[in-house]
Amino acid sequence: MPISLADVHRIAHLARIEIDAGQAEEVRAKLDAIFGLINQLAAVDTTGVRPMAHAQDVMLPLRADSVTETDCRDLYQSVAPAVEDGLFLVPKVLE
Amino acid sequence: MSDITAPIAALSEALRARRLSSVELTQGLLDRIAKIDPALNAFITVDRERALSDANAADTAIAAGNAGPLVGIPIAHKDILVTAGMRTTCGSRMLANYTSPFDAHVVAGLRRAGTVLVGKTNMDEFAMGSSSETSHYGPVKNPWDLRCVPGGSSGGSAAAVAARLVPGGTGTDTGGSIRQPAALSGICGLKPTYGVCSRYGLVAFASSLDQAGPFAQTAQDLALLLNAMAGHDPRDSTSLDRPAEDYTRTLREGRGAKPLAGLRIGLPREFFGDGIDADTAKAVDEALAEFRRLGGTTIELTLPNVKLSVPVYYVIAPAEASSNLSRFDGVRYGHRAAKYDDLTDMYRKSRAEGFGAEVKRRILVGTSVLSHGYYDAYYLKAQQVRNLIAGDFRRAYQSCDVIMGPTAPTTAFQIGAKTDDPVEMYLNDIFTVAANLTGAPALSIPCGFDRSGLPIGLQLQGDYFAEARMLDVAHRFQQATDWHKRIPAVAAP
Repeated sequence: MPISLADVHRIAHLARIEIDAGQAEEVRAKLDAIFGLINQLAAVDTTGVRPMAHAQDVMLPLRADSVTETDCRDLYQSVAPAVEDGLFLVPKVLE
Repeated sequence: MSDITAPIAALSEALRARRLSSVELTQGLLDRIAKIDPALNAFITVDRERALSDANAADTAIAAGNAGPLVGIPIAHKDILVTAGMRTTCGSRMLANYTSPFDAHVVAGLRRAGTVLVGKTNMDEFAMGSSSETSHYGPVKNPWDLRCVPGGSSGGSAAAVAARLVPGGTGTDTGGSIRQPAALSGICGLKPTYGVCSRYGLVAFASSLDQAGPFAQTAQDLALLLNAMAGHDPRDSTSLDRPAEDYTRTLREGRGAKPLAGLRIGLPREFFGDGIDADTAKAVDEALAEFRRLGGTTIELTLPNVKLSVPVYYVIAPAEASSNLSRFDGVRYGHRAAKYDDLTDMYRKSRAEGFGAEVKRRILVGTSVLSHGYYDAYYLKAQQVRNLIAGDFRRAYQSCDVIMGPTAPTTAFQIGAKTDDPVEMYLNDIFTVAANLTGAPALSIPCGFDRSGLPIGLQLQGDYFAEARMLDVAHRFQQATDWHKRIPAVAAP
């Protein structure tokens, strides 16, 4: 199915990336070409094939429930754009 | 004074024999960078003071008499590996002012081994590209022809090693980003087995595919660097806990005229078909003849699903990227738009301004394939086909020890030639992406030149954890040939 301009705006909204009207057609055409490439997968018979989630068939490790981190607040805050009284200052994210 | 453009093993010997000091070596290479790099744009950051201070410390360690093989060796890191106290941009405007408070695991490993950090190298933005043209800091030029790309995404490290600005460096490989630039720049590069090198401090692109690895002039030097980069790290849950290996352990064995006797080399039909440049095909055939002279036997085989690697990759990598890069939201890290209406507008504008066109494109592809109603058709399907591809390799390694073929279908292309056609750019990775999907190791070594004098790479792939064997095979080839000793004119003394 070809990618439409409406698709571009829907996806761009989900991805929180602003795309202005002047760029939308170029973005659409390139996405359409990329989907042309990946849509080749639709023709492959994968009945009964287990999805491969990981290169190694290993269990994720569990670690002991013990304190391993030391206090690095001053170090981490030294590279932050804005701090005050030991807190990171960020734009308001709850509206 | 010794030749400062020599491989790591020779420099290491000269340092320990006190024919050369690390300060002399580092100063000499910094001078080369100042003279040659303006034409290449291989470096984003060079830190002279820090490099000379590291070199001073190395000279003290060498004088004390117990220095390891990498003590005093100058290196450069791809600008995707975070370095405490040295800016890490990832080739992006988004991280133009980002300095990490800690070192990546592989950075710390190479620091503990005594290397001298000279600087950070240029790359495709967030490692998304095959040409090192998408960097916010301008494209990298190929030392063999300044009109051409060096390959990517780790093109800065590849160009720096090819031009003998540093004897070794690091890269990361998500779909070929170490091996393809190594091939196009005429040097050696290795992507280890997934999990051998910790991803801690590697700015995440596609977490199930990303792996760090070394660049150098020789396979022997790759082994020396990998010794310092590999190792278990509990901070990366995919880092494998296995006994440490010495990847150089077999390289000094004397084995006579047929050092590769008994080696079975698989030649997949799919790597030798249409679409491969004639000069590349010829150079690879001649390299295979050399491997047969060294005692190897070649076996034709087939990897029927490998042709699906690129489509699978361009579902999985963008899907994982869209998730990983959601952290760049203008709130915590990196660029924040100066003007915005509300919270959503701040996210949208910060990301639109901070990311370049290719990164945005991949985030959009990834967001789309993961969006409601599409998961089964794309991501799940791609992971199933990924398993079919892994199955092809499992079967192949029942009848061979290594797989060989060209690293890339063509030699370096001109800057700008493929920037308008993402799909054509993606097809550069046609021979390299399978190793990322399966997680198996693969490396590229120089094996010739095309009619324009551009280098050609031979790819060696192996089964999981076969790095030492593969490096030995590559080393034996380099003992018998001199392709890896050729130097581009821009780097000539």
